[in-house]
Amino acid sequence: MNVQAVKVIYKYEMLRAWETLLQSFASPVISTALYFVVFGSAIGERIEQIDGVAYGAFIVPGLMMLALLTQSIANASFGIFFPKFTGTIYEVMSAPVSFLEILLGYVGAAATKSLIIGLIILATAGFFVPLEIAHPLWMAAFLLLTCVSFSLFGFIIGLWADDFEKLQLIPLLVITPLVFLGGSFYSVSMLPPVWQTVTLFNPVVYLISGFRWSFFEVSDVSVAVSLAMVLAFLALCLLVVGWMFRTGYRLRQ
Amino acid sequence: MQPIVSIVNLSKTYADGHQALKDVSLEIAEGEILALLGPNGAGKTTLISIICGIVNASEGAVTVDGHDIVRDYRHTRALIGLVPQELTLGHFDKVWNTLCFSRGLFGRAPDPAYVERLLKDLSLWSKKDTEIMALSGGMKRRVLIGKALAHEPKVLFLDEPTAGVDVELRKDMWALVRELRESGVTIILTTHYIEEAEEIADRVGIIDGGKLILVEDKQELMQKLGRKAMIVELEEPLSGVPDTLAHWGLELSGDGCRLTYTYDPRSTRTGIPGLLQAIGEAGLVVKDFKTTQSSLEEIFVSLVKGRA
Ligand SMILES: Nc1ncnc2c1ncn2[C@@H]1O[C@H](COP(=O)(O)OP(=O)(O)O)[C@@H](O)[C@H]1O
Ligand SMILES: [Mg+2]
Repeated sequence: MNVQAVKVIYKYEMLRAWETLLQSFASPVISTALYFVVFGSAIGERIEQIDGVAYGAFIVPGLMMLALLTQSIANASFGIFFPKFTGTIYEVMSAPVSFLEILLGYVGAAATKSLIIGLIILATAGFFVPLEIAHPLWMAAFLLLTCVSFSLFGFIIGLWADDFEKLQLIPLLVITPLVFLGGSFYSVSMLPPVWQTVTLFNPVVYLISGFRWSFFEVSDVSVAVSLAMVLAFLALCLLVVGWMFRTGYRLRQ
Repeated sequence: MQPIVSIVNLSKTYADGHQALKDVSLEIAEGEILALLGPNGAGKTTLISIICGIVNASEGAVTVDGHDIVRDYRHTRALIGLVPQELTLGHFDKVWNTLCFSRGLFGRAPDPAYVERLLKDLSLWSKKDTEIMALSGGMKRRVLIGKALAHEPKVLFLDEPTAGVDVELRKDMWALVRELRESGVTIILTTHYIEEAEEIADRVGIIDGGKLILVEDKQELMQKLGRKAMIVELEEPLSGVPDTLAHWGLELSGDGCRLTYTYDPRSTRTGIPGLLQAIGEAGLVVKDFKTTQSSLEEIFVSLVKGRA
């Protein structure tokens, strides 16, 4: 195992976030704070509790997920896309590193960044609404799993994309709608029955539901199903990455 | 002695069907400087990219230090440093950081003293905290060399190191290459500047159209293929070569003041004394004369032409 390589890639990626501190960490916090002002305070005052949870608190897990998903994907995809774009990837390819080590460096750093962002958002939310976390360990587990799986997913997108447009395509056209329609700001049970069924095809629903359960013990689907779905997604990403590894996809001609 | 790099029947066909390398075999001895000479598109970068692990070979095999570059990539790549043809660098990276990154990427533990020495050798020490985008082209080239040397490789590939580089830096670079060779590093450089190969290499390989046309010790190559020319300057211009000198195959310059005689220096009788005598007998007054050796460039042109 080339531990030094994992270390320098990880450090490089973390340094990049640090040098663009405002963009990396402040902007998700600001946008989350805005959501709280708009949804939590302005609209939340007029909405009764959902499933026995005050609306302002109810949206916290969804908001965190929204940030985690977009940040994980953005960080990881950009991290590997950019060296491909500038050509500096030649060095990684000519180095004695395995695909696993490349993955650990890039995905590890991206997951760490979104984990930090998630925690910052949680702390920010604490300013606006009183928060209690019923199952902190489960909360941490969902948090970590989400960061890792979606950073992996972002890595795949970053490898696949050969221009900036493709890099933006999936996050914009797939992820953002799925998260907004995945029960970030409402309970699935509030939807008409037909849409409830449709919603069950949205994988993000399971993610948010499980995450919300770890906070308030209320959920749209059972926790076991949520967990299984997250793990299945993680496994799928690992499979794809493994295939990319074997074929040298988009890296070696 | 076992070659440090051994290339056997290597071929590469790119996805678009273009065959960039055709059955190339080559052995590179430890500690030598080999220049791969060839026009643009000859396949030089492709060959290097395969050895370094950036491009997959279609056929054939390469071993470095006796290890297969695919199966034992960890061993072989750790031994190799690559200075790529393009100035591919992270614009926002700082010089010091990027060298430390390279060192770690190749599996070496941090060694600030070594990196410091390297930066000083490359006259980059004062720029160590500068972002790369603020550097001149020549300095960027040096950063690339620094990155390639950061993990103390035994084999160094320089892909057109002096393309677009000023004379000063070119001299520095050659000095550095010689110094590296002194320390036992094997150097393979590609170039389409013949003077470069001529000046610095121990051996020269000529690539054209994906084929390795020949590999030869530089001196031998020049001797074997290099023809010498004797140029005779005349006091009075001539309108044509006198009939008595016709069988010497002389060339007369445009102004009629110079006669050029080409000959093979390997032959036991060059005919020079006879020619000088014949010139005298023809009543021509010689002002001056000199001999010149044809450069690799001329050799190269004649080789490539000969194949076409
Ligand atoms: N990625 C690629 N896909 C297809 N053809 C390529 C690729 N890279 C290089 N080539 C072609 O292969 C030939 C050799 O290229 P290269 O090795 O870069 O030559 P050199 O370095 O000697 O100039 C050229 O004709 C070039 O167009
Ligand atoms: Mg080239």
